[in-house]
Amino acid sequence: MDVTGLSLTTITLFLPIVGLAVLLFMNGEKHRGSLKWVAFATSIVTFVASVLMWINFDPGTAELQMVQRNTWAEVTLGESVINVSYFVGVDGISMLLVLLTTFIMPIAILGSFGSHIFEERGREKLYYIFLMLLEWSMIGVFVVHDLIIFYVFWEVTLVPMYFLIGIWGSEDRIYAAVKFFLYTMAGSILMLIAILYVGNRSGTFSTYSAGGDVGVIEMVQTFEGDGTYWDALGPDGEGEDAGFLLNSVESFLFLGFLVAFAIKVPIFPFHSWLPDAHVQAPTAGSVILAGVLLKMGTYGIVRFNLNLFPEATIAWAPTIAFLGVVGIIYGAWVSYAQDNVKKLVAYSSVSHLGFVVVGIFALNSQGLQGATLQMVNHGISTGGLFLIVGMLYERWHTKEMADFGGVWKVMPLFGAISLVISLSSMGLPGLNGFIGEFTILLGSLGSDYLGFAFTLFATLGVILAAVYLLKMFQHVFMGELMNPLASEDGYTLTWYEKAAYIPIIIMIFWMGLQPIVFFNMLDVSVDNIVAMFVR
Amino acid sequence: MFQSPTIAEFLAQSNLASTLPATLLLGWTLILVLADLFAGEERQHWTPVLACLGLGFSFLANIFVYSPAEAEQVALYGMFVGDAFTGFLNAVILVATLIAILMSWDYLNRAEIHRGEYYILALISSAGAMFMVGANDLIIVFVALELLSIPLYILAAFRSIKNDGSELALKSEESGMKYFILGAFSSAFLVFGAALVYGATGVTNIPQIFAAAGGIVSATTSATFYLLVGAALLIVGLGFKVAVVPFHMWTPDVYEGAPTPVTAFMSVTAKIGGFAALLRVLITGLSVLVLADGEAAAWQATATIIAILTLVLGNFVAISQRNLKRMLAYSSIAHAGYIMVAVAAAGASNVIDAATQGALVYMMAYMFTNLGAFAVVMAIEKVDGSGGNIDDLNGLAQSRPLMAMAMTIFMLSLTGVPLTAGFVGKFMIFSAAVQAGLFGLAVIGVLTSVVSAFYYIRVVVNMYLRDSAGDLIPALETRYVRLAINIALAGTLVFGIFYPLATNLVSMVSIA
Repeated sequence: MDVTGLSLTTITLFLPIVGLAVLLFMNGEKHRGSLKWVAFATSIVTFVASVLMWINFDPGTAELQMVQRNTWAEVTLGESVINVSYFVGVDGISMLLVLLTTFIMPIAILGSFGSHIFEERGREKLYYIFLMLLEWSMIGVFVVHDLIIFYVFWEVTLVPMYFLIGIWGSEDRIYAAVKFFLYTMAGSILMLIAILYVGNRSGTFSTYSAGGDVGVIEMVQTFEGDGTYWDALGPDGEGEDAGFLLNSVESFLFLGFLVAFAIKVPIFPFHSWLPDAHVQAPTAGSVILAGVLLKMGTYGIVRFNLNLFPEATIAWAPTIAFLGVVGIIYGAWVSYAQDNVKKLVAYSSVSHLGFVVVGIFALNSQGLQGATLQMVNHGISTGGLFLIVGMLYERWHTKEMADFGGVWKVMPLFGAISLVISLSSMGLPGLNGFIGEFTILLGSLGSDYLGFAFTLFATLGVILAAVYLLKMFQHVFMGELMNPLASEDGYTLTWYEKAAYIPIIIMIFWMGLQPIVFFNMLDVSVDNIVAMFVR
Repeated sequence: MFQSPTIAEFLAQSNLASTLPATLLLGWTLILVLADLFAGEERQHWTPVLACLGLGFSFLANIFVYSPAEAEQVALYGMFVGDAFTGFLNAVILVATLIAILMSWDYLNRAEIHRGEYYILALISSAGAMFMVGANDLIIVFVALELLSIPLYILAAFRSIKNDGSELALKSEESGMKYFILGAFSSAFLVFGAALVYGATGVTNIPQIFAAAGGIVSATTSATFYLLVGAALLIVGLGFKVAVVPFHMWTPDVYEGAPTPVTAFMSVTAKIGGFAALLRVLITGLSVLVLADGEAAAWQATATIIAILTLVLGNFVAISQRNLKRMLAYSSIAHAGYIMVAVAAAGASNVIDAATQGALVYMMAYMFTNLGAFAVVMAIEKVDGSGGNIDDLNGLAQSRPLMAMAMTIFMLSLTGVPLTAGFVGKFMIFSAAVQAGLFGLAVIGVLTSVVSAFYYIRVVVNMYLRDSAGDLIPALETRYVRLAINIALAGTLVFGIFYPLATNLVSMVSIA
């Protein structure tokens, strides 16, 4: 669909900027009531646009679709001039994650409708401006296929998130915000060097081929010669031998990208920023952080590490997958030890994303499909869990598990919703979490690169998930009501709270009962990637 | 036989037209002296207006002289060269001077040190910088350097003309004195270096040095040694001017003591002049100083070490600064380190143009961003010089959201976050370094920018995330200060968002 010369991807990408511009010209005091509506309407329109993309999306091809590519600037690297291009388009993986982003965003905005933070901190206009900026940059990360522009979007996501945590967070917000910023920046800046090297070596920053220009991925895959593309052996047969962990250019480039992504995911042991950021962030911030931002890391690994550096990926796969398994068990263990509900959910993210990492580095079709689906599942269910924590906090003003108890007695509907989301998060068959985790485990079992032990220990994580989530559920919802609210009115869910949960519940059941719809989207795109790793 | 040249010959050889932007500005200062002298006390405010007018004329002349992408125009008997490099940096210097003058007017009035001489000195100094970027001869490099520096010594001490014995006046005096002594000291190095290069090659003209040095290096005579020592001394002399480690010691004290607009002005113009001369001398003159076949120029290793030291020291020491001016002083040392990365990259013969262009864009980005940051600091500074600590920014976002937003963007630009001019500059510099094969340097460069993020972000934290005791009202927030901030902000954003703009402007630059 190409009505205006802009592809649908471009339109979806820039819709949040339209909302941002509208917000910018509104008077924060006079139109205070309508700020949230503008933001909400923008996010809904963006969602509709992304659904249109989905309708237009043809799952039968691995090619990028709804592509737009314009040369943006020229970079002189030594004697060669390299184009930086505005290059957007989607394949199955991108499409699914764009949908996740646009799906989570309205929910996150609904989650801040009745929030008390504005009474305390004010600056509502700035808040929604940052949310729009965040949505724009997150969609950008998922649809852009030029390394430089990707880096731009990647870094820009930091700024709004930093402010969301720093201005509207809880007590230790400044510490958490600064830690978040420095940690993630330290990782991503090494990626810049790797990107520059890639551009310098291949003469282009475009990863995919388009319009006659050959992209880096095609160069890597069609390289014919001794050694690999990155460690080509010279005409005299000399050159570095690839395949060793730390003895090749490819490995260093792989690590340059991986560290950036590993911090974002976060892969153990790079996770220490996450509990702080999550616990201190406002509800919408946590929802987006868990729902989308972390997926940027796993998406980056799939899109760049696997595609650009296949040899290094094979060499490093067991190591990284091992870290993934450690993350699964460590995250679950630490999660169980928490007294703070929000921290518990935060550590559960470390555990869940460990699964995604194992699935990716299984390097086969099931593993990668499961991993991608699990990214979406985790976005939906953990996003939902953070919403629950946020709503509990709005009512009881505490996050300590000991202060709750018996919530089900007074809020049965809320209890039921929470039960479904918790069950989805622990991977109950019939709900979405099961599909992702099961496929990943299947993938890791059949992997040429990972052994049986990986599956075994990862499976332990499924059991542990049930342990910590049921502990949380029991402490908060079961038993006697510990702290009755002053007013009975507090027990009813407002319409926007209910509205936020409806799409989540629908998706949990839909993805759990009819996963084929989503697997179909991924099938060809994933096969295209794993084709490199088939032995 | 010596023949006196005819008038026509003289005019052709001096080719004054191509030096017009710089000579026009220098001539304008003479008019300004007279105007300031004869205008009465009550018409003194015309001096800055006239100064801005002079800057405008010079800017126009600059566009006319350099905009047609012609081949380089040699002037003054080969001692001056007008090319795209000169034209671009001239424009940067003129904009910097304009912003500095906008900042100065209200500041000087408030401090009761308003004198017409201030603007005249500033204009002479920027004319000196403009001669320096076009210098094609070591003699001109030296003369222009003095023309640039001497007014700066006076300006640094300008606060002390109101000799009320206050700490501010003393600090300003100390600042000027320190700057003068170390400046004179460094000039001596420069001259000695020039003398050794002259001794080795027999010429002072930079392209001729290039021609002569090639033969000397390939013949490996003892003259190579003098050439090397000469190059080292030139780096030392100019290194003082641009404040790279280990020649940076004067910077924090001088920056803190000088009146804030002067600090802003000299942190930009002196660096641009110094780096322009350094690039010309090292690239145009001495890039042939290759000791073994296939290696980079001999000075690359020196430049690399200086860059690493500067990046590490500048960024790490800045962390512990509580005073904003001192913090910006150390951060300016760090930024000199980033430009030094480009200088080091230029040592590889195939990246010379990319590195030069990167350095130019970086200087432009640094000019906008740094002046903007200094303007905000000046706005919140109180008349007695207090209120310039990092904690004094607390709550600025509540009382002045736009100013806080501008300062945030300046800080992000100094850090090198995308969509700001600072990112474009860093990006170009690091691509040059990667292309030159200096991976270690590039990695240290990016890692130290993470360190820099720590102290820049602290400024943002204080503005947005901490509350002040009362409402923070900037003490000096006038029309002109706001205009200065807005110009700087526009530059930072426009060149950051429209990436091709900056690269197109420098795409013609080649001084190899």
